[in-house]
Amino acid sequence: MFGKLTWDAIPFTQPIPMAASLGVILVIGAIIALVLWKGWTRYLWDEWITSVDHKRLGVMYALLALVMLIRGFVDALMMRSQLAIAAGGAQGYLPPEHYNQIFSAHGTIMIFFVAMPFVIGLMNFAVPLQLGIRDVAFPVLNSVSFWLTASGVLLVNLSLVLGSFARTGWLVYPPLSELAYSPDVGVDYYLWAVQISGVGTLLTGINFTTTILKLRAPGMGYGRMPIFCWTALASNLLIVAAFPILTATLAMLLLDRYLGFHFFTTDAGGHAMMYINLIWAWGHPEVYILILPAFGVFSEVIATFSGKPLFGYRSMVAATLAICVLSFMVWLHHFFTMGSGADVNAFFGVMTMIIAVPTGVKVFNWLFTLYGGRVRFATPLLWTLGFMCTFVIGGMTGVLLSIPPADFVLHNSLFLVAHFHNVIIGGVLFGAFAGYIYWFPKAFGFTLDERLGKAAFWCWLVGFYLAFMPLYALGLMGATRRMQHYHETGWQPLMLVAMAGALVILAGIVLIGLQLYVSIRSRTSRLDRTGDPWNGRTLEWSIPSPPPPWNFSVEPRVQGADAYWGMKQAGKEAAAQEPQWQDIHLPRSTPVGVVLAFFATFFGFAMIWHIWWLAIAGLAGLTVTALVHAWRVDSEITVPALQIGEYERRRRNT
Amino acid sequence: MQSLWQSGVLDPQGPVGAAERLILLNATAIMLAIIVPVIVLTLGFAWWFRAGNTRARYLPDWEYSGPVELVVWSIPALVVMFLGGIAWVGAHDLDPSRPLESETKPLDVQVVALDWKWLFIYPEHGIASVNRLVVPAGTPLRFAITSAGVMNSFFVPQLGSQIYAMSGMATRLYLQADNPGKYPGISAQFSGAGFSDMRFVVEAVPAEQFATWLASTQGTGEKLDVASYGKLGRPGLVDTPITFGSVAPGVFESAIRNAIQ
Repeated sequence: MFGKLTWDAIPFTQPIPMAASLGVILVIGAIIALVLWKGWTRYLWDEWITSVDHKRLGVMYALLALVMLIRGFVDALMMRSQLAIAAGGAQGYLPPEHYNQIFSAHGTIMIFFVAMPFVIGLMNFAVPLQLGIRDVAFPVLNSVSFWLTASGVLLVNLSLVLGSFARTGWLVYPPLSELAYSPDVGVDYYLWAVQISGVGTLLTGINFTTTILKLRAPGMGYGRMPIFCWTALASNLLIVAAFPILTATLAMLLLDRYLGFHFFTTDAGGHAMMYINLIWAWGHPEVYILILPAFGVFSEVIATFSGKPLFGYRSMVAATLAICVLSFMVWLHHFFTMGSGADVNAFFGVMTMIIAVPTGVKVFNWLFTLYGGRVRFATPLLWTLGFMCTFVIGGMTGVLLSIPPADFVLHNSLFLVAHFHNVIIGGVLFGAFAGYIYWFPKAFGFTLDERLGKAAFWCWLVGFYLAFMPLYALGLMGATRRMQHYHETGWQPLMLVAMAGALVILAGIVLIGLQLYVSIRSRTSRLDRTGDPWNGRTLEWSIPSPPPPWNFSVEPRVQGADAYWGMKQAGKEAAAQEPQWQDIHLPRSTPVGVVLAFFATFFGFAMIWHIWWLAIAGLAGLTVTALVHAWRVDSEITVPALQIGEYERRRRNT
Repeated sequence: MQSLWQSGVLDPQGPVGAAERLILLNATAIMLAIIVPVIVLTLGFAWWFRAGNTRARYLPDWEYSGPVELVVWSIPALVVMFLGGIAWVGAHDLDPSRPLESETKPLDVQVVALDWKWLFIYPEHGIASVNRLVVPAGTPLRFAITSAGVMNSFFVPQLGSQIYAMSGMATRLYLQADNPGKYPGISAQFSGAGFSDMRFVVEAVPAEQFATWLASTQGTGEKLDVASYGKLGRPGLVDTPITFGSVAPGVFESAIRNAIQ
């Protein structure tokens, strides 16, 4: 009846996962109780859960990312504390069985369920506003994307309570991830969670590529498009091109595990290196899917807070597209040590370095954007400056690792771990925080507390250096990644420093939360009445904060790059007469996204535990939901011109 | 700190490791020449052009300059051309499968990665050992490396290049220890529960001592054959190194084909 699922799946004997799952269950229970007690159910359902508004979805993506950041960071703290004590003969407090799940979950969560939703959330919120349009091309699909991502999140977290997670690393390399070596449900949790959320990501890619290519405000040619939209376009093109590879690769592993195929097994002609090539053919573009929008955020922030247009706009666009194309030609640098021969290694090494050229150009252009500016040191700019100084170090170690003979001694070492945290924290995460603080007042109508924001920034920056510089050194000393304990007692002091760094980052995370709490409490004193708190340059700052559901009461006419800056210079807005208001059509809210995700979660869960009848039921639910949605009659609501006129008059009078 | 770097990749004990360290240091120095000025300029520009500084010139419309663009593209391009040359030449000179230049005839060692221990077979001498690799100092070592199951990476940080141990095939690697000494070896590719203890030690000894060791080992102790290989292959750790005084023919070849269960 319940496939492989028995009472043994609940880890009663293991105190740590048991306590963790109890904690999570209590928190979720408390939130549900609060919602019911306050009577927020209706509001949440109508305004958020069924919403297809890109702004709401953007906020939900960012919230999901922040929550999962805490989960992923708890994993990181456990790893750091384990390695701080497990030196010499000591085994620490986490046995391999548990420790190996933790590092696998940490990587999976941080990439798929923190970095991805954060970046996608920022694109969701900002891209349509910057383009001067009312929503994305496929608003309902957008909601489906979000809820499928949430479904993946749910499955990953379920593995805490029922069964276990993968013990194979975040990319589940076969043959270790094959049935012969990982017979339990851990790898299946990974595969179904990533497959389901991967479908959501692919749909996002299609949605945003279409939106940026086809829906821009009149007058916004490609040469006038804000740079964040350019980076978002590059990132979504990469999603469209790369995510099918991920889906296909994981599908092959699923066939191996479920139907006895031999794509990647050690027998019957299978070979693991096929998987490893394919997974990195997705995995390397994935890095740029994450970092390109972060580059976009930095470009916007640095231009805004320098009070100048971005230096070398065309160079920036060219560099972005160059990175977009080159990112598909470097995947082999993740396994130079496969032994593929000098020519192949040399080719991929040189291709990898070539990516450093457009990236270097970007750094120089940011530098020259600062030059001649009037630089205001608001929190988003601090994150950007912190990024510029930190990221170049990560870039340098990346180029080092791209030299095959250097990689032969550094591959898989803690040096490598330090390198990718250097670019992902110092690049993607710093960018996500810069974007979060930059666009927060637009989303909610009040600014975030600057003092706490700056304190959070400094904790993250200092914590990052403390946590990861020792790892560079340890890598050079011969320490490899994914060790559960080590024999060299000499490494312990550095491991302790890294642990201290993690604690400083913890303070940074707490401060981010505190900043949000304090800012909400004091929101009436920090209202953004102008809609333009930073003296911005792009169209999102031309509308009220928070924007109305229809974003733009009048379709903006774009006259040049930095459209809103131009309007402000020309002083048009104030002079403009009251325009002729027109009816606006908006997509109607629909529960189809959350219902599809509901069935997808059951389907995934059933497949993980081999509960075939439930899997069939889940599939049937998915099909019926999609069909019902396909036959809908009424998919739009109309906001009457009268209401828009009233909204605008009220706004101008306050 | 001095003693910490010893045993790492910055304390190479053979020609491969030494050449790789040189590349590592050269490339770092070349890039630091760019990185350090960029960091200084970032902080300097941001500070000088701060909003409150009345002496700084505000150029609200300065967004393009041909000469600056040229420089901006040229600097990274030139650096990458230079480093690309280093990478290309280095990848060829230090290709793991390229024989080392030496007067001495290389010693063949066959390596099998097992869950979670390393089996070393000396095919010319008919002996084998587990987790302990005794080699003559100053002699090139020619490794053929495979795995009985999951992937591992054969790595002796002080000798240089690592390479994957993969089932169904043998990878080639040349290393050499210049001086007698004990060098730790690890698996650098996560391989499951016993991964952290999947360690071995390379004992480089003078040639005469190596000959003595061979003589004292040959014919003594257990024989490595299908039965003992099968036993060794069961998942688990080996705390103290084992030696086999004789080796049945074809063990390594069978290991590659994964023919012994």
